[in-house]
Amino acid sequence: MLRSLPVTDVRAVGSRDRLRAQTWLRGLLLPGVLLIGWEILSRLGFFPPNLLPPPSAVLSTLWELALSGALFQHIGITLYRVAVGFVLGTAIATIFGAITGYSPFLHDFLDPLLQSLRNIPSLAWVPLFILWLGIDETSKIALIAVGVFFPVYLNLMSGIQTVDRKLVEVGKAYRLSDFQLIQRVFLPATLPAYLVGLRGGLGLGWMFVVAAEIMGSSQGLGFLLVDGQTTGRPTVILASIFLFAIFGKLTDSTLAAAGQRFLNWQDSYHSQSY
Amino acid sequence: MLRIDRVGKQFHNGFIALDEVNLEVGQGEIVSLVGTSGCGKSTLLRIIAGLDRATVGQVTLHKTRISSPHPEIDIIFQEPRLMPWLTVRENVQFGLANLSKIDKNQRTQISLQRVGLAEFAEALPRQLSGGMAQRVAIARALVTQPSILLLDEPFSALDAFIRMKLQAHLLDIWHYDRPTLLLVTHDIEEALVLSDRVIVLRGNPGRIHQEFTLDLPRPRKRTDASFQHWKEKILNSLDLSLDQKIAIEV
Repeated sequence: MLRSLPVTDVRAVGSRDRLRAQTWLRGLLLPGVLLIGWEILSRLGFFPPNLLPPPSAVLSTLWELALSGALFQHIGITLYRVAVGFVLGTAIATIFGAITGYSPFLHDFLDPLLQSLRNIPSLAWVPLFILWLGIDETSKIALIAVGVFFPVYLNLMSGIQTVDRKLVEVGKAYRLSDFQLIQRVFLPATLPAYLVGLRGGLGLGWMFVVAAEIMGSSQGLGFLLVDGQTTGRPTVILASIFLFAIFGKLTDSTLAAAGQRFLNWQDSYHSQSY
Repeated sequence: MLRIDRVGKQFHNGFIALDEVNLEVGQGEIVSLVGTSGCGKSTLLRIIAGLDRATVGQVTLHKTRISSPHPEIDIIFQEPRLMPWLTVRENVQFGLANLSKIDKNQRTQISLQRVGLAEFAEALPRQLSGGMAQRVAIARALVTQPSILLLDEPFSALDAFIRMKLQAHLLDIWHYDRPTLLLVTHDIEEALVLSDRVIVLRGNPGRIHQEFTLDLPRPRKRTDASFQHWKEKILNSLDLSLDQKIAIEV
């Protein structure tokens, strides 16, 4: 249903790739400069190494963890938790967001409760979830799903509520059923807001996984943080933080790029560069 | 035969938009509803389209009452209202149901050819100019082969040259299937170029004030003396004296 215009000009493809590479390089410039500056200042003795070790020390810790194979286990289990929590939270949020957005009646029933639950801090859920669901994976995934739920729910609901009445009327003029109207007008029109919600949800998923793993786990990047703290190894803490930043950014970019494929119809300021 | 029988409309806030409107429109006729803003002409069109309900009276098509959108009636709005995520072809097909893909594509192709946009079938709405987008909207309405086509100030958002071109174009297209055209406009020249009959609505709530049957041959020239004569008659009927205008806007 959604597709881009066929690009027939080979040169256009080449220049688009070049443009993308340039965008990447521009994004990497500032972190690169900061890392180099940090390394130089560390070597000049500006930062005490037991508090802020240089990036090279963090890198070698990562290398050691990689050699022992432990690194991939930590990354793997954390990615797994975020992925399952994300899918679960998104699925439930999509159902609730769709019905509260479409039906003002159900909105009045459900939204006040959900909005008040939204304001509960992530850590407040932890004891309850451990009590209900035990210390293993279920409680962690449930916590992440809660984090993912709210941004997705909120964006989808308000996205549906702000769909152009005039487009809905076109659907009605062509006698579309409620289901067809949702499928052919509401869903595509809501896609931009939904994507924002998904990205926000994924971001919160990464935050909640730390809360879940700090509270009680023997594996994962969050565990690595606590482990670094208790054994007095700042390089391990920093390595874990680095990995969160890198994987957070990678998963977000993947989601954004996947979404952009469906949003090339948008006539926005930024769409000129896509 | 489209029959509008003592139709009145009062909105929830108490505002009365229409009062006792009676009108009959024959098959293939081109009728314009003109009037100053607020006289209820768009409301009347929306009632005929089945998008609003009349508070009193009824609209019937071939003696069946219209209370929701009818498959034989199609509407073109003031704005193109294209789905921005669909290509031109998909937008034109939007209202086509229960047809095989081959039939759909064939009818879409013919419809796009008639509005002169066959080459733009794969373009997205954001790549079209205002006039082109409105032509796609016309194609979307034509493709369902309606027996009645309602047009709610369809060219008022376009500049004067494109408006004149599209008016001529609409008449060309009308010759293929000769649907009934019921047009709401506040452009008297537009009404005179297109219509067999011009209905003047006036007042608040709106009522039919006067009806003019035009006996001008087509194509009509805006510069002809008879054209100007009709224009003056309709202007007089609208009574655009200053007091009246202020009263309407307040």
